[in-house]
Amino acid sequence: MMPDLGKYADTVLWSYAASVGLLMALIVFSILRGRKIRSEMEKIEQRMTRNG
Amino acid sequence: MIALLLRDLKLAFRAGGGFGLGLAFFLIVTVLVPFSVGPQSSLLSTIAPGVLWLGALLACLLSLDRLLALDWEDGSLDLLATAPLPLEAVVTIKALAHWLTTGLPLVLAAPFLGVLLNLPVPGFLWLVISLLVGTPAMSVIGTFGAALTVGLKRGGLLLSLLVLPLYVPTLIFGAEVARRGATGMETQTPLLMLAGITAATIALLPFASAAVLRINLR
Amino acid sequence: MSIAAKANALWEYANPRKFLSTSERVMPFFWMASAVCIVVGLVWGFFFTPDDYKQGSTVKIIYLHVPAALMAINCWLMMLVTSLVWLVRRHHVSALAARAAAPVGIVMTLIALATGAIWGQPMWGTWWAWDPRLTSFLILFLFYLGYVALWEAIEDPDTAADLTSVLCLVGSVFAILSRYAVNFWNQGLHQGASVMRTAAVTGADTEEKVSNIYFYPLMLCIVGFVLLFIALVLYRTGTEIRVRRIKALLARERVSG
Repeated sequence: MMPDLGKYADTVLWSYAASVGLLMALIVFSILRGRKIRSEMEKIEQRMTRNG
Repeated sequence: MIALLLRDLKLAFRAGGGFGLGLAFFLIVTVLVPFSVGPQSSLLSTIAPGVLWLGALLACLLSLDRLLALDWEDGSLDLLATAPLPLEAVVTIKALAHWLTTGLPLVLAAPFLGVLLNLPVPGFLWLVISLLVGTPAMSVIGTFGAALTVGLKRGGLLLSLLVLPLYVPTLIFGAEVARRGATGMETQTPLLMLAGITAATIALLPFASAAVLRINLR
Repeated sequence: MSIAAKANALWEYANPRKFLSTSERVMPFFWMASAVCIVVGLVWGFFFTPDDYKQGSTVKIIYLHVPAALMAINCWLMMLVTSLVWLVRRHHVSALAARAAAPVGIVMTLIALATGAIWGQPMWGTWWAWDPRLTSFLILFLFYLGYVALWEAIEDPDTAADLTSVLCLVGSVFAILSRYAVNFWNQGLHQGASVMRTAAVTGADTEEKVSNIYFYPLMLCIVGFVLLFIALVLYRTGTEIRVRRIKALLARERVSG
């Protein structure tokens, strides 16, 4: 299954790990912040409509 | 316009104007370099042009946050904005005043500091020429950065972060002229590029600075 | 509230609302498509392409390095365009999209630099060389940092949008200048054949034919990164719009209450 990466195995795997890690961190961070902001906005909107 | 220039110069030379600070900083940086890299004169003379350029650049940077901040605080910037003088001219005068009080002294001090760093003899002339051509651009770009951050409470660090990347082309070509001059190589191409950058920034950047200042004064 | 102010407020909300509803509808497509393209491209590239005769298996890094580098530059271009739109047409969504894109650009630049450094270690024998390409990317990274820092530093959203837009325009000119300056300063002594081959794959150099085995998975990865960038920017712009709306709502509450 795993292809033979020869003597450069570390190089290839590290760069894949670093890239995927950075991308994932960006995506997770964006979504977490987006969720938080969205719920915060809905809370405020509800309060506004209740108060008129 | 001349009145404004004279006023700025007078303020800078008066006590607390920070006129000597840039020069003192330049001197200290130059003195510290041999402590950090070692006293071998051959090494020092190799890196002298670059170190002197970097020192001048940092000294210039150091004085930028006072460029507009004082006028902003006492409200005279609002007065200047409503004056008949266009804001572009005000910004240009400010940059000119900054150059006369910071850039020009640095240029004049550089050869003496070059002695400390064993700068090769042909390098002195080229160092002065390159700084003379390059420092006006640093003042104009710095004015743009100062205009961007003028309304901020602690804008000093941000100002450095914004301005330093903009200094890259000037530093590269300026230090290249000085380096080539010191080793007796042809200096015409980088010198022309440096002069081109300086001329273009002086011609165009005041418009951006004035636009930014208008936004901040809104 | 006067009629003019009311019309103004309506205009301000109409566009972001429409943007949110539209982006909500198309976003799942972009997420899915980008995931499919990147996964297929990377799996194809990683498992089913042969090693290069010169670079060995390190050629597989290209599937991450080139798309990330492309997006790092395209992201700045997108910010430049949206900044211009904001300055000319004053669409809030435009300014917020530029703000939302900047961190994505930072991450793309980081990926390009990191994979380049890891690749350079065995290939050039050094993590870092002051090669024009590497240096320009480092400078681009500094520009991104300054841009984001300026956004964070200014309280008033409209002032922040104006100032960062001008910075983006001026920065673009200086970024291009720096690129030429850096080229002049060190004329790519380290641009070995390996880098030329990268250029060959992306079609910049057609003389040197790189076989299609590398080309197709690479294209797939590039398309995937573009789609991912779009999805991320859409999502993050939505977040920024909501942040702005929260601020507006709170301000209104303070005035009325």
